[in-house]
Amino acid sequence: MSAAAAMPESGAPDGADRLAVRKTYKLYIGGAFPRSESGRSYVVRDPAGGFLANAALASRKDARDAVVAARKAFAGWSGATAYNRGQVLYRVAELLEGRRAQFAEEVRLTSGAPLREALEEVDAAVDRWVWYAGWADKIAQVRGGANPVAGPYFNFSLPEPAGVVAVLAPQDGPGSALLGLVSVLAPAIVGGSTAVVVASERHPLPAVTLSEVLATSDVPGGVVNVLTGRVAEIAPWLASHMDVNAIDLAGALGAPGALADDLAVAAAENLKRVLRLPAADWAADPGVERMFGYLETKTVWHPMGT
Amino acid sequence: MRFEYAPAPESRSVVSLRDCYGLFINGEFVDGNSAFKTISPATEEVLAEVAHAGPEDVDRAVAAARRAYERVWSALPGRERGKYLFRIARIIQERARELAVLETLDNGKPIRESRDVDVPLAAAHFFYHAGWADKLGYAGFGPSPRPLGVAGQVIPWNFPLLMLAWKIAPALACGNTVVLKPAETTPLTALLFAEICQQAGLPPGVVNIVTGDGSTGQALVAHPGIDKVAFTGSTEVGKEIARVCAVSGKRLTLELGGKAANVVFDDAPVDQAVEGIVNGIFFNQGHVCCAGSRLLVQESVAGEVLDALKRRMATLRLGDPLDKNTDVGAINSRAQLDKITELASSGDAEGAQRWSAPCPLPDRGFWFPPTVFTGVSQAHRIAREEIFGPVLSVLTFRTPAEAVEKANNTPYGLSAGVWTEKGSLILWLASRLRAGVVWANTFNRFDPSSPFGGYKESGFGREGGRHGLEAYLDVGGGGDA
Amino acid sequence: MSHNGPMDGITALAGLAASDASLRRFLHGLPGVDEVGARARADVLASRSIKTDSKRQAIDLAISMIDLTTLEGQDTPGKVRALCAKASRPGFGAPPVAAVCVYPDLVPAAVAGVAGTGIKVASVATAFPSGRAALDVKLADVKSAVAAGADEVDMVIDRGAFLSGRYLTVFEEIVAVRASCGDAHLKVILETGELGTLDSVRRASWLAMLAGADFIKTSTGKVAPAATLPVTLVMLEAVRDFAAAGGRRIGVKPAGGIRTAKDAIRYLVLVNETAGEPWLDPAFFRIGASSLLNDLLMQRARMETGRYAGPDYMTVD
Repeated sequence: MSAAAAMPESGAPDGADRLAVRKTYKLYIGGAFPRSESGRSYVVRDPAGGFLANAALASRKDARDAVVAARKAFAGWSGATAYNRGQVLYRVAELLEGRRAQFAEEVRLTSGAPLREALEEVDAAVDRWVWYAGWADKIAQVRGGANPVAGPYFNFSLPEPAGVVAVLAPQDGPGSALLGLVSVLAPAIVGGSTAVVVASERHPLPAVTLSEVLATSDVPGGVVNVLTGRVAEIAPWLASHMDVNAIDLAGALGAPGALADDLAVAAAENLKRVLRLPAADWAADPGVERMFGYLETKTVWHPMGT
Repeated sequence: MRFEYAPAPESRSVVSLRDCYGLFINGEFVDGNSAFKTISPATEEVLAEVAHAGPEDVDRAVAAARRAYERVWSALPGRERGKYLFRIARIIQERARELAVLETLDNGKPIRESRDVDVPLAAAHFFYHAGWADKLGYAGFGPSPRPLGVAGQVIPWNFPLLMLAWKIAPALACGNTVVLKPAETTPLTALLFAEICQQAGLPPGVVNIVTGDGSTGQALVAHPGIDKVAFTGSTEVGKEIARVCAVSGKRLTLELGGKAANVVFDDAPVDQAVEGIVNGIFFNQGHVCCAGSRLLVQESVAGEVLDALKRRMATLRLGDPLDKNTDVGAINSRAQLDKITELASSGDAEGAQRWSAPCPLPDRGFWFPPTVFTGVSQAHRIAREEIFGPVLSVLTFRTPAEAVEKANNTPYGLSAGVWTEKGSLILWLASRLRAGVVWANTFNRFDPSSPFGGYKESGFGREGGRHGLEAYLDVGGGGDA
Repeated sequence: MSHNGPMDGITALAGLAASDASLRRFLHGLPGVDEVGARARADVLASRSIKTDSKRQAIDLAISMIDLTTLEGQDTPGKVRALCAKASRPGFGAPPVAAVCVYPDLVPAAVAGVAGTGIKVASVATAFPSGRAALDVKLADVKSAVAAGADEVDMVIDRGAFLSGRYLTVFEEIVAVRASCGDAHLKVILETGELGTLDSVRRASWLAMLAGADFIKTSTGKVAPAATLPVTLVMLEAVRDFAAAGGRRIGVKPAGGIRTAKDAIRYLVLVNETAGEPWLDPAFFRIGASSLLNDLLMQRARMETGRYAGPDYMTVD
């Protein structure tokens, strides 16, 4: 009881005030908020071991459904104009800003950081969405261009999104719960790919709440799908999934055993693009490696004649 | 009147073959412990004996490359590296005929192609990348991108010298040293290239060539002294290498198989489309990863296009690869011929209709006539599996959307073709084809400035152009773009 | 090519020639020509290596296909007599050429010059080379040439009308010239150097064939560029397709700028690998040229004697 009492929503310890309505933390798949098909959940605790919530414990079938949803959303999202994707991402920043206090509180609860630090993390996460929103219509110019081939041909190269990507969000560490999550999710979708995110196992609450922001923003359903649960259980299904085109192993780095290696080996079966970047300081300049890691280059030739 | 072309063989005298070749390690040819024979696939004549590199030879080559990297090459100003590459480009041009004849002898491809395509493009690749060597800071990967170290490179037998150029030129331009393994059946032009490195005065160990079979390649890609692996070859082997590199953490680029759709609409420039279909699948005997092996023709013109295609195929001249008028040369090996034969048989067994150009096949050597299968559906093996031979599968479609759906209905994604006089349709289709190279109203064109590489199971990374440099640079931190 | 294939075009000929619009619909419904692809194909064929026996065969075939031509303001009966002498006895054991080609007023001299040799007399007509004259003047030009004994008439199309889309004008003019030719064979000069694109070359070829041409010919020789390999490739495709669609076998004549044996052999390769064997015949392929003959003879002499020939040993006519 004492741990639960830490949750502001629980409120009214003596019944003197109204009893708070608690939130149910569910999965986010195809724009809807289902419970795990397995019917399972797990207890999310604060750093002191206190109860925070029950989160859905996603199964391999939830992962499968999420991939189907992401694939379904890919044509529309990759086919949207870059300007449109930029605006959609900027809209996410706007809505996140509007729920600044709620996110800060969740970050504080889950990470144990002081509220001031939690607020800084939320602000940085908002700014990160803004950074990527601005990238959407720059990528093609930075990554593409004309190639001066030796012949009567117009030849140009353009970046294109990889497809469906699995994103293993960072599990732990400073700023990982929200800023780290945004820092691995936004670069995946800004170029037109769609994502299946496996949230931090111990800090899933900001991820679920972010899903609510995404659902109420202009991000089409299925572009981002969020699974909560055990990385070691879900990630192998995503890594071996033949309809997933890329995987970010951020959330498997430092996992027990050789999880990242195993996932990379499984990913080789359909030659997924594997992003295995060194652990990051999420507050630092994000650079472009992650964003560009989800891009293919398509080269088109056409004769020039009369 | 019948107009026969008399034999017009290119002279072999320009090539002086040695009886046996050693490994090229640290700037000199050294003996291996065992050897294997390389033959001319057109005649089955033994051309030379070539050393087989075992694990200890690979060790020595990697050590030589590491020494050269640390002591010489990585410290050399880009300007000087570039000048070596310019030298190499020039020597390739000077010895072009010799390289072309040797390539044709060892590979079986027509001299017209080795002379007009393979060798000039190989020289162009070195010339193009030479210019990058002192401009890497302006390539968009940050102000001072760093080389990776020692690159282990494994190349296929279909374009032996050209694939060598695709691998070695960017690696060296970016400041890496290399150990390259040519394909077992086509080692000779790589060994001539080793001589060219000597003529260019390239510091010892910057380029090392280890000949051998798959085991040599395995030893190379798994070698702990390698920082970067680049492989061109089959998807099956590519996956195996990806698994090896998944654990070792080596940087990796893969250029693998394909099953490209060549999409012909009813408003296509039909004579050029037919040329494009022919060039797409019969160029280099179809031994091309980006070959247009699936013809998708709009149903309304399928009969007309097929008639024109068969008429054109009947003019293809198959035979002595050294003959300057030969269009279709020899299949590279007996093993490949067996594979093509088996897959073609599956086409018969699954109910597709086979038609082959009426050209007589020579008695000796490995040959397969230019062949087209009609009545093919997506379910047939010949529509799904890479044949890597002169065998075209013809399917039809009715609408642009159906063309996209069928074209993309493959785990591969290397290349595609589209033929129509309607510009907006070209751009619409090009944006929807999941393939790394799209040729519109042309096919099988290559250029060192043009990035090449696949989507999906056709591999990852690009070769050529500014994009291709990234595979040989440490751009950690992302650079400025 | 989906809407009005060649077969429809030929069988519905009467309807096609109803108006500029109906002709336009047909001609613009022909498959397009991608210039870069056509050039690439011509380049590959130009790289064929024709040696020894096949070169010998090609040289004599090329000689037998020549329309030995003189079309100068300074032409005289004496010049034409010399041309005819060379045409019938090129020397070095070479076969005679196919025809001599002259202006209409010199047809009588040519007829006299080739009498009894089997060599045809061709005459340009229709206000050659510009074609800018009234139709009755052009027809009178044709009739005078035919009356003087011309076996073949080389007319020019009205390029102005063609380029402005007045296809019916071009069509009807060819029909009228055809009628004025009597038994003479009609070669229709497209003057491809003024047509601008290979698409236009293909359309003009079909227009001429539909209107009754026996031959389609590239050029007058008075406009650059004259004959080129890509243009001839497109015209050979046109006659091939016309025949395949049930039409007559039409001949092709590149003219102008073909000066060396090597050039001539490249054209024969083009014929061989595009239209095919039936066109490797002076009845269906001609080369309009003058200086070409001596180069072919020099090459022939080289192959006969094993040493290089010199121009002093070739007659200048």
